[in-house]
Amino acid sequence: MTLQTVLLVAAALFSVGLYGALSQQVVVMVMMGLELMLNGLILAAAGFWWFLAPDPSGQVLLLVIIAAMTVEMAMGFAVATLLHRVRRVDMTDMAADLSG
Amino acid sequence: MITAISFWVLAVVAVLSGAAVFWVNSMARASYSLALSFIAVGVQVLLLQQNYIGVVTILMMVMEMAVMAVYMVMFMGMNPALMPMSMVHDKRQALAVAVGVFVALTAGVLLVPWPARRGAPAEDVTAALGEELMGPKMLAMITVGVVMAVTIVAGVVLAAHRTRYDRFGDDLRRRPAHDPQPGGVGR
Repeated sequence: MTLQTVLLVAAALFSVGLYGALSQQVVVMVMMGLELMLNGLILAAAGFWWFLAPDPSGQVLLLVIIAAMTVEMAMGFAVATLLHRVRRVDMTDMAADLSG
Repeated sequence: MITAISFWVLAVVAVLSGAAVFWVNSMARASYSLALSFIAVGVQVLLLQQNYIGVVTILMMVMEMAVMAVYMVMFMGMNPALMPMSMVHDKRQALAVAVGVFVALTAGVLLVPWPARRGAPAEDVTAALGEELMGPKMLAMITVGVVMAVTIVAGVVLAAHRTRYDRFGDDLRRRPAHDPQPGGVGR
């Protein structure tokens, strides 16, 4: 286990999440893609902390990433609920008013 | 040796279950796959000696995926465990972008001359994190706290079926309130 291997795994998780966030139509599945990208970020930040500078500041950064995940999920669910109530849709393609 | 083997097994589990999120044909299975991926990464974080962060990641994501499964049953209007689905757009472009990003990140990981480790971890990493948060990094803790509080309010405002603006009008001056069922003292 080295920094490079940890970062490679993190890059794989990030890329898979990016594919999901770009390709999925259902709002909840897009959120899953974003979560997977943040999952990779957590692993990368943990690897940087352990292999480069294991002082407590790096852990604070990890805590902030986890908080960002929580906020993303909570707001995503709220927006999806609103979208479903107002329009009865759950797909991004049906809520593309601002696209272009 | 055991750590290295555990890391690679967990890495394979994390990436494969992450890929399975977009490959299995039901949303319930997708959310369980994502939970498995998060558990694997949480254990990897534990291997990197971050006990608190690893445990928080596992606990939080397992609960979050449970909420997600309930959410899908509520809103998707189908039995998410049984109904096959394939709802994707721009699949080829998305795949190309994802592969491109992975290649670029891999090149960066392998080509950057990473510096040597500076310093050593504290004896009790979790206690050190707590002291850091309650000391020099208090601003980060305060900011996260405020953002969390705002998220709760914003989430309720967005998700609520009726708010005070529905009852009292846009200027909040309509009296009596417009309620589907009149009630209250004197009404």
